[in-house]
Amino acid sequence: MGDFLSNLSLGFGVALSLQNLGLAFLGCLVGTLIGVLPGVGPIATIAMLLPITFGLDPVGALIMLAGIYYGAQYGGSTTAILVNIPGEATSVVTALDGHQMARQGRAGVALGIAAIGSFFAGTVATLVIAALGAPLTGLALIFGPTEYFSLMVMGLVFAVVLARGSILKAVAMILTGVLLSTVGLDLETGEERMTFGLSFLSDGIDFAVLAMGIFGIAEIMRNLDHTEHRDVVRQAIGRLLPNRDDFKQSYKPVLRGTLIGAILGILPGNGAVLGPFASYTLEKKLAKDPRRFGRGAIEGVAGPESANNAGAQTSFIPLLTLGIPPNAVMALMVGAMTIHGIIPGPQVMTKNPTLFWGMIASMWVGNLMLLVINLPLVGMWVRLLKVPYRLLFPAILMFCCIGIYSINSLPTDVMFIALFGLVGYMLIKFGFEPAPMLLGFVLGKLMEENLRRSLILSRGSLETFVERPISAGLLAVAAILLVIALLPSIRKGRDEVFTE
Amino acid sequence: MKKIALALAAVAGIAATGAWAQGYPTRPITMIVPFAAGGPTDVVARIVTDHMSRTLGQQIVIENVAGAGGTTGITRAAQSEPDGYTIMMGHMGTHGAAPALYPNLKYDPTKDFAPIGMAAGTPIVIVAKKDFPANDLKGFLEYLKANGEKVNMAHAGVGSVSHSTGIFFNSVVKAKPTMVTYRGTGPALNDLMANTVDFMTDQIVNVAPQIQGGNIKAFAIATPERSPVLPNVPTTKEAGLDGYEVSAWNAVFAPKGTPPEVVKKLSDALSKSLDDENTKKRLLELGGVIPSASERTPEALQKLVESEVARWTPVLKAAGATAQ
Repeated sequence: MGDFLSNLSLGFGVALSLQNLGLAFLGCLVGTLIGVLPGVGPIATIAMLLPITFGLDPVGALIMLAGIYYGAQYGGSTTAILVNIPGEATSVVTALDGHQMARQGRAGVALGIAAIGSFFAGTVATLVIAALGAPLTGLALIFGPTEYFSLMVMGLVFAVVLARGSILKAVAMILTGVLLSTVGLDLETGEERMTFGLSFLSDGIDFAVLAMGIFGIAEIMRNLDHTEHRDVVRQAIGRLLPNRDDFKQSYKPVLRGTLIGAILGILPGNGAVLGPFASYTLEKKLAKDPRRFGRGAIEGVAGPESANNAGAQTSFIPLLTLGIPPNAVMALMVGAMTIHGIIPGPQVMTKNPTLFWGMIASMWVGNLMLLVINLPLVGMWVRLLKVPYRLLFPAILMFCCIGIYSINSLPTDVMFIALFGLVGYMLIKFGFEPAPMLLGFVLGKLMEENLRRSLILSRGSLETFVERPISAGLLAVAAILLVIALLPSIRKGRDEVFTE
Repeated sequence: MKKIALALAAVAGIAATGAWAQGYPTRPITMIVPFAAGGPTDVVARIVTDHMSRTLGQQIVIENVAGAGGTTGITRAAQSEPDGYTIMMGHMGTHGAAPALYPNLKYDPTKDFAPIGMAAGTPIVIVAKKDFPANDLKGFLEYLKANGEKVNMAHAGVGSVSHSTGIFFNSVVKAKPTMVTYRGTGPALNDLMANTVDFMTDQIVNVAPQIQGGNIKAFAIATPERSPVLPNVPTTKEAGLDGYEVSAWNAVFAPKGTPPEVVKKLSDALSKSLDDENTKKRLLELGGVIPSASERTPEALQKLVESEVARWTPVLKAAGATAQ
């Protein structure tokens, strides 16, 4: 305990220096502003802004980069809520209820609860990292390919629960998502699959392209074909911040979301991506009236946003304690550290204690900054919705094109968002929901790779999935969840929702 | 005064091509790095260009164009205007292994480029899980021979450095371990540390921290001399293995047809950067090997590319490794 406190005070000593406070603020601000651009998620933002940290000392540079990361993450949620464009997998869930809230004139409340929930989750996650970072490292190592595959199976079951409409349609969308994820080079053999000989497909479909088309562009088309909806967004702006009732509804989802997100964030191979989905599923299952979900339930924003931020934070654990990046953003942080002459590895904690504890303390500082920056910005974002739609939508379209082009500099990406936009519009018209498809897409790749890896390691024996206790446990949970979802009585309830 | 001189230089540059090259560079230069920001090649590029920009008086801007084992970015760079304002950081994969891995490759590493110079060599290390039964390369090779397919070898995907160097290793020691594929070095290392897979070959920058931390063990480093970063790890030759010396080198290229004066300017700036104490220090910390004065020249790089293509093509073709 004494160690813990002295370490934390060392950390805060570093993070609270005037220079580092300024850098954390700057990072969060720049990250938020750039992250708000549709499609420009944390990875693209950090990659773009990496060079501006070159002149700084390593600790300051990393604090600033971490700030950019949180900022971009939060900026992505803002776009998801305001214009229904999730920039990355974790904000897909936020878009579901967040954007509905915005349509009902509660955009400010949605943005506010997202910021407050994120801040709480970030605070808890920072403490978890400081107190338990080193022992929790083991968790990353327990999860091999077999466990990972089973976790992904469980994730796909979440996707079924996620959907509002018929189960059949949800399953069809999930499978479509999984199929889309197989486009590109086969990892094991290097053969091209379903690319039709088109070279830009050989690396697969980019998540941001798919999500922006299916959600964002399709949403614009839908808005343009019925006028009344867009007026709803325009007229009532409502309160800017959540009130007591909102907090009462939200505090439990925030607590649960924080816990789920913090645990999943430690897992290797982008386990954090499951956090918001798991939190949403849980809240929907626990809710007295699950029908509110997808229609602007505040719990559907509070829980997933907290899970998202907790996971974003705890995914630093494998990076800081082992030097192993669990996802693409952290891989970028590894690069940033190496450029600054610090090679991430198990020795960073002992060799560079000021960096290690300074970064941990700065996480909390960064979260505070986000709150400070974003609460006043809420009013500004909400006012954006007052802009007449005929002026707003061309601007959104233009920013989408710029955003998506800036990620890979590929003109084909821009054309692809148009194509997926059309597909998304058709899906809406036929009553299919895009969210399960996106989850299928995200999990499909991880699932296939880990399945094949496990089978190679077990020399083709399927028993490996039930012999390993963690894997067996996860599969059992998945089976139970599926049975609950398929039980006739509940299905009847679901059909009601659908036909209503 | 300076401004007038600059303006004059610009006018002269438009007037005559000979003088144009002398004025070079008058605007920022783009360096295409064919891998994601933060990877080993990206890091080397950023360290080396930092000093080069100061010598040239113009910023070298890094543009990351990742995809298809680096060949997407190199293809684009190879087709760009050969005016010295687009250059690239190639490496062992894009300018050595690629012709064998990608039958539809749109460039020829030996013919379509104006080599500028080698930036840094990155030694390959043979590493194994902590619980591996053997403790030195000799014991490891015996175990590999005795257990054949039962041994699991990890690599970071077809076309990655760990894949090519791993296949090469297997062909040199005549082993046939089961290959387990990962998407990138991070997840592969994670499973190596968790004792899920048995061994792999990879760049020193990726594995050195884990070796120093005792999470994995190193059997040998595939260079003629030991690395100061891992002084206790013997070279392959010292450990009794001949014929496995390999490095994931990074080198700067320009598109074919770039004026010789421009190549010379860039090559000199690169060489100057490699002599800079700060650049040197940072590259050495990563385990990089700094090329000697004679290895830095465009001519030496052309020779290296030719010998690398000749070396990788039969090895990879024999293993049936292609990535269309």
